[in-house]
Amino acid sequence: MQGDSSPDSMLTDSKEDHLVLSSEDSSCPQDSELELGLGLSLSHPRLKSQPPPTTQFARILTAMDFSSSASSSSSSPNVAAGTKRAADSLVAANGPSQVVGWPPLRAYRMNSFNNIHSKSPATEVKSNQTAARKITDNGSDKNNSTAEEKTHIRRSLFVKVNMDGTPIGRKVDLSAHSSYETLAHTLEDMFNERNPVVTKGLNGEDRGIVIGAKKRHLNLLDESSNFVLTYEDKEGDWMLVGDVPWDMFLNSVRRLRIMRRSEANGLAPRLEGKKSRLRSERM
Amino acid sequence: MPRIAYAFPDEVLEHVFSFIHSDQDRNAISLVCKSWYEIERWCRRSIFVGNCYAVSPVMVVKRFPKLRSISLKGKPHFADFNLVPEDWGGYACPWIEAMASAYPWLEEIRLKRMVLTDESLELISKSFKNFQVLVLSSCEGFSTDGLAAIAANCRNLRELDLRESEVEDLSGHWLSQFPDSFTSLVSLNISCLGSEVSTCALERLLAGCPNLQSLRLNRAVPLEKLVNLLGRSPNLVELGTGAYTSEMQPDVFSDLSRAFVGCKQLKSLSGFWDAMPYYLPAVYPISSRLTSLNLSYATTESPYLVKLVSECRNLQRLWVMDYIEDSGLEALAVSCKDLRELRVFPSDPFGLEPNVALTERGLVSVSEGCPELQSVLYFCRQMSNAALVTIARNRPNMTRFRLCIIEPRKPDYLTLQPLDAGFGAIVEHCKNLRRLSLSGLLTDRVFEYIGSYGKKLEMLSVAFAGDSDLGLHYVLSGCDNLRKLEVRDCPFGDKALLANAAKLETMRSLWMSSCNVSFGACKLLGQKMPRLNVEVIIDERGPPDSMPESCLVEKLYIYRTVAGPRMDMPGFVWRYTGP
Repeated sequence: MQGDSSPDSMLTDSKEDHLVLSSEDSSCPQDSELELGLGLSLSHPRLKSQPPPTTQFARILTAMDFSSSASSSSSSPNVAAGTKRAADSLVAANGPSQVVGWPPLRAYRMNSFNNIHSKSPATEVKSNQTAARKITDNGSDKNNSTAEEKTHIRRSLFVKVNMDGTPIGRKVDLSAHSSYETLAHTLEDMFNERNPVVTKGLNGEDRGIVIGAKKRHLNLLDESSNFVLTYEDKEGDWMLVGDVPWDMFLNSVRRLRIMRRSEANGLAPRLEGKKSRLRSERM
Repeated sequence: MPRIAYAFPDEVLEHVFSFIHSDQDRNAISLVCKSWYEIERWCRRSIFVGNCYAVSPVMVVKRFPKLRSISLKGKPHFADFNLVPEDWGGYACPWIEAMASAYPWLEEIRLKRMVLTDESLELISKSFKNFQVLVLSSCEGFSTDGLAAIAANCRNLRELDLRESEVEDLSGHWLSQFPDSFTSLVSLNISCLGSEVSTCALERLLAGCPNLQSLRLNRAVPLEKLVNLLGRSPNLVELGTGAYTSEMQPDVFSDLSRAFVGCKQLKSLSGFWDAMPYYLPAVYPISSRLTSLNLSYATTESPYLVKLVSECRNLQRLWVMDYIEDSGLEALAVSCKDLRELRVFPSDPFGLEPNVALTERGLVSVSEGCPELQSVLYFCRQMSNAALVTIARNRPNMTRFRLCIIEPRKPDYLTLQPLDAGFGAIVEHCKNLRRLSLSGLLTDRVFEYIGSYGKKLEMLSVAFAGDSDLGLHYVLSGCDNLRKLEVRDCPFGDKALLANAAKLETMRSLWMSSCNVSFGACKLLGQKMPRLNVEVIIDERGPPDSMPESCLVEKLYIYRTVAGPRMDMPGFVWRYTGP
């Protein structure tokens, strides 16, 4: 391919600060299968025989080259190697629970186990089996007998999450977490997510990956972060996440919002007031 | 223009047309000639708009001045699985407003996957004097205040069905807004509501409505109250219980059983949240009457479950959790020879290991034992080509087949081969197959089969499948009746899409997410096909304009339309507009 432009020109996309690395393809054979009997009804000569002029190809770089620098607060599944998509990596690492919208079940069906009044202490509540929890539980799951597992009730608690500045809201299953730390990590991953976009070579093969360099370093539970994690409780008040015991939080949270710290500061006095009210209620 | 002497007068034609109800036939009539078009449009009473953006409310109102019933669908199906961001669209408001002024005699509104506000509900309640049917399926954006307006103002309401909608539950008092004089209710479905509704209000309502045939309560209605409610509605045909759990009390049990028996028309049961095994046998006395049973919220295992199911000899529809296991499905296959529809839902969808003994064997048994089986939705953890081939051979009358193997890309567990041959057999043998959902390890081959054999296929759902553009090409070029295609996480890209651009105008819609379609292709498609809306849902990287054309789009929704670009696109939806 005409790798005539220097790699640098692709690197300074002023709007997004992306590292866009597309492919070098001089050694790629024609995709002959596709040529057979597949006429382009919209014959656009540019697509058929010439490379798109806007794409200036540089050297192939894959995740491997970046393995040291690409790590962020998120775990490896977010940076896929070669042609593997994010979803596949996530699934391989953690099972179906990490892939959005899979398995294809309606949220109300997954939430239908919610708010169960457990009649007997023997009723186990089993959550998503993610790698994170296996560690935090210290393998205590293993002590449960299979008899108990048979009567376990599945719980899910999906709540909406929005982040200031991000148009797209998400949903997170709170029951998959047992602490604020794992929740914060998951949210950081979710909103830090850079779908490893696979750029195309001359013949349509997948080459290279896009690593969105827009690391927000959310560090949601950190005082130094630009963002804070807040939630709306049952009474409609917006509260800072992390002040109440986890179980209490689960019982009162309606939805989450990752707010800019500058906006949250205005909230603080009210939050303080509520916190002290809660404390006095608890006593 | 002079009328041809031997033509029928309009009134006669109109009378003839009044016997034609199906939309397709009506559409065909309207294409015969201009005068038939004119006559037909004045006497069309009911329309179905499969994509609310395919046409505008203004156009509908202009063409059909006398509608009594309208059905609209909004968001793409994958919105059910959180793949479509909030505020994407599907707003009912412009439609309601247009209809409020144009159709004072409108009787029925059915919406699916649309966003509806309390204001719109209030407008509905006040604009249509003879309003009778409101069905809101998987809708959102409204609260119980809107429902209160409907209850208070719709004097002739027959049907209020909120199935699976997300309703902001401000209070349960809206139900009390039905006036004392209200008697017309035939069907009420409030199963999606989270908070308690006043049982008094319910009882009063039921007492006043002797024609009530379908009642679906929400989870918050306790079992003890169910007995009273049943007592007041002896003509029920369909019942959805509330929470099916209580302290184990023999008198509650016998009262419940008696109440079931007392509803002599009762044929369909659903609800059963948190079903306690203790209370399942209360249904036994009426099991032979039941034709439809939805136990998909009965979240406990119990041998009573299997017994109940096997006693329902006349069952036509069963929705159940995978607690039923292979053995339960075998029993079903022996007892329920009239079974037409089976849905099996996973009790532990995110677990990495199977928690119940449900495999492909259960489905095979049912396919062998139930000659009327046409519609299947089955979640499981393993499948084999052999099983699929057997199922296909057993049930060539299958019309809807949706299989979800929970782990993406899982091969045939016996041979470790892709499941191409198995699904190929399904499309080959089931010549009337209209709907198909694929899962497991699949190559381009399966799409070749689908394209060759799936001639009646109308809707196809694909995830984590295929090797190349060929897969998409086979489907688009081969499936003559394809209306809806939804694809996620497949390596389908520009070539197949552009080569089959014309096909897209014959379909309702195409959804592709996490595939290999480039922004350049979207632009091109948008440029060349003015009657398609090619909408790219942007993610955090920014609008496609700022990215090179080779960059891949994450989510793409293409649909045919005569209404041009939609006016309500949110900031994160981009559509080609330029030259």
